[in-house]
Amino acid sequence: MAATEKLQHPDVTPEMIREIDDIIESQKNAPGAVIPVLRMSQDVVGYLPVEVIDYISAGLNIPPSDVYGVATFYSLFSLTPKGRHRIRACLGTACYVKGIKEVMGRISKKFDLEVGGTTEDRRFSLEAVRCLGACGLAPVVVVDQDTYGSISADQVSEILEKYE
Amino acid sequence: MEQARLHLMLCGGTGCHASGSKSFHEALDAELKNQGLEKEVRVIETGCNGFCALGPVMLVQPEGIFYQQLRAKDAAELVESHFLKGRPVQRLMFRDPVSKKTIAHMDEIPFFAHQMIWAMRNKGLIDPESIDEYIARDGYFGMAKALTEMSSEEIIEEIKGSGLRGRGGAGFPAGVKWGFAAQAQSDVKYVLCNADEGDPGAFMDRSILEADPHAVLEGMVIAAKAINATQGYIYCRTEYPLAIRRLSLAIEKARDYGLLGEDILGSGFGFDVDIYQGAGAFVCGEETALMRSIEGRRGMPRPRPPFPANKGLWDKPTVLNNVETLANVGQIILNGGQWYASVGTESSKGTKVFAISGDINNIGLVEVPMGISLRKMIFDIGGGIPNKRKFKAVQLGGPSGGCIPEKYLDTPVDYEEIAKVGAIMGSGGVIVMDEKTCMVDMARFFMDFIQEESCGKCTPCREGTRRILEILEKISEGRGEPGDIETLEELSEVIKSSSLCGLGQTAPNPVLSTLTYFRDEYYAHVYEKRCPAKRCVAFLQFTVDTDKCKKCGLCFKACPTGAVQWEKKQPAVIDKEKCIQCMACYDACRFDAIE
Repeated sequence: MAATEKLQHPDVTPEMIREIDDIIESQKNAPGAVIPVLRMSQDVVGYLPVEVIDYISAGLNIPPSDVYGVATFYSLFSLTPKGRHRIRACLGTACYVKGIKEVMGRISKKFDLEVGGTTEDRRFSLEAVRCLGACGLAPVVVVDQDTYGSISADQVSEILEKYE
Repeated sequence: MEQARLHLMLCGGTGCHASGSKSFHEALDAELKNQGLEKEVRVIETGCNGFCALGPVMLVQPEGIFYQQLRAKDAAELVESHFLKGRPVQRLMFRDPVSKKTIAHMDEIPFFAHQMIWAMRNKGLIDPESIDEYIARDGYFGMAKALTEMSSEEIIEEIKGSGLRGRGGAGFPAGVKWGFAAQAQSDVKYVLCNADEGDPGAFMDRSILEADPHAVLEGMVIAAKAINATQGYIYCRTEYPLAIRRLSLAIEKARDYGLLGEDILGSGFGFDVDIYQGAGAFVCGEETALMRSIEGRRGMPRPRPPFPANKGLWDKPTVLNNVETLANVGQIILNGGQWYASVGTESSKGTKVFAISGDINNIGLVEVPMGISLRKMIFDIGGGIPNKRKFKAVQLGGPSGGCIPEKYLDTPVDYEEIAKVGAIMGSGGVIVMDEKTCMVDMARFFMDFIQEESCGKCTPCREGTRRILEILEKISEGRGEPGDIETLEELSEVIKSSSLCGLGQTAPNPVLSTLTYFRDEYYAHVYEKRCPAKRCVAFLQFTVDTDKCKKCGLCFKACPTGAVQWEKKQPAVIDKEKCIQCMACYDACRFDAIE
């Protein structure tokens, strides 16, 4: 058992807790383990509820303030739940010049979805990400693992319909 | 390896992946099998070719024929006509946007013809997942020479002699940096590779990692030998999953071959490399912040000195180099510093990779000799500006860089010369902007980026960038007042002179350079309440100028809400009630008829 504290949260199943235990155990003695452990735990749960952060801090024997500090510093980590489908709109310079602003505006309007937010039914969450390095395809939107390039505001509405 | 008649080098970089190279690959495999050619013709998935705008792209070797924008439905025709009957398919070849001519061979396409490919020499030529192919192209030869024939001092002298400077942005001479770390006394030292490519609009490091991961490993081992380090880390953005996968594979293979680990090539020298995934923070491209991040803390920079060459990761002497810098090292050791220094200008040697994007025809990655003019890069290689629009400015160096106007386009690619006109070489992002780009809006965009990425440690950067952003927002929303422009300048000077790290010290550059060259646009926004480029929504009326309207209906087709009313031979009218001010009609109109 990695931690003495019991983790209780509606979004975290016992199976997930076991996986997090394994993650903590495998990284425990590695220097600078906080970021990898947070990343892997987020992959398991989908996001990082404060309870999970506390659990990790106990498991790694690092003060919760330090773990929380790291979790809030990096844009990869989210302390709020994500939608079933993650929409990532590239806000790199090339995408900006090519009109990502209009594309994002359309998504926000259509689904009543702010940047950084999740729709009420948890269908979509919208993130603005810094350059994805696919500037040749600008403007770029990534939905889950699918990349859509040279996208227009009209196309994005249509594409998102596919994701239930 | 069995001999094949033809090698199809299909680009498997991120750009081509996204434009459908995978489905084309599957279709191609199926067709080759159909025609019984699967033994004669081999498909190899390469790293990024560089011509991302035309993806998916494929090079047929040894003929050198270049195909572009391939779709799964093209596979049947391609296999039957070209690979079976020997008649290359014209319609899938590159068509010059200016001369309208079809060009069959890759090296005759202007985009490739003017390049000098050193750092990316293996792109599209080898399978990045095969260590044998890398070795066949003289890979690890430089490392072998460094480990078996050269002393630490000789390696450092060779790199100094090559004039290689840091390709991540600051341009610090790599050999000098190594020299400092070599002199530092410590039992443990580290070599780090900065693959946290954060500048928006720069993607050369991703391409190198995806196309030629072993070149980076080779550079790291040589650096390690030079400073006597035993452990290395590659700090790679988590946004680059393909690069991480290929790097992991490369490390594994190199260990299998005894090219990483203990006693490399029987030389008695040992060195190993691990990958560390970043978690999304622009400031982690700064060296001290990056080291903090590997240590598992918030990635905040610290004051220097002490410099990382003396006190770096875990307070041990550390050398940190960028991906592109390291990718050059193996060839420099193999061919000699003199060879590398034979190209370039007085103070900037060798080649530099640039990522050209924005309002330009040939979007992609280009590698050019130092000293070439920006004009040549943008117009000869980049193919100029699309849609018959005019060039307005080019942004160099990402958020820390600046905009360069038309009159300085003959500036050569050189660290010092570019700095003289108010930009920086940076990591090599080149964003071309046409006349429809508003420079106030661009400055606002960069400041929004910087403000969000500021780590918050020092006050000038944290508070100052916030204030600048607020003023720029005010100006672009039509609420600019006399005095705002002067406040921007004053704030910029303070942030520049008093911030802790490179991020803050260069943060005001986008504002300062646009103020220098496009001051009239700021004036137009503040005093005349208009946006000359018609990009800032607050100044737009969304009415149609009936004199200019050619009654073509393009705006009608573009409008998503049905606010544009139009009938054949009638000028368009915009219904303000339905209009959501999305700008679709502005972009569609070719006659500048919407006010």
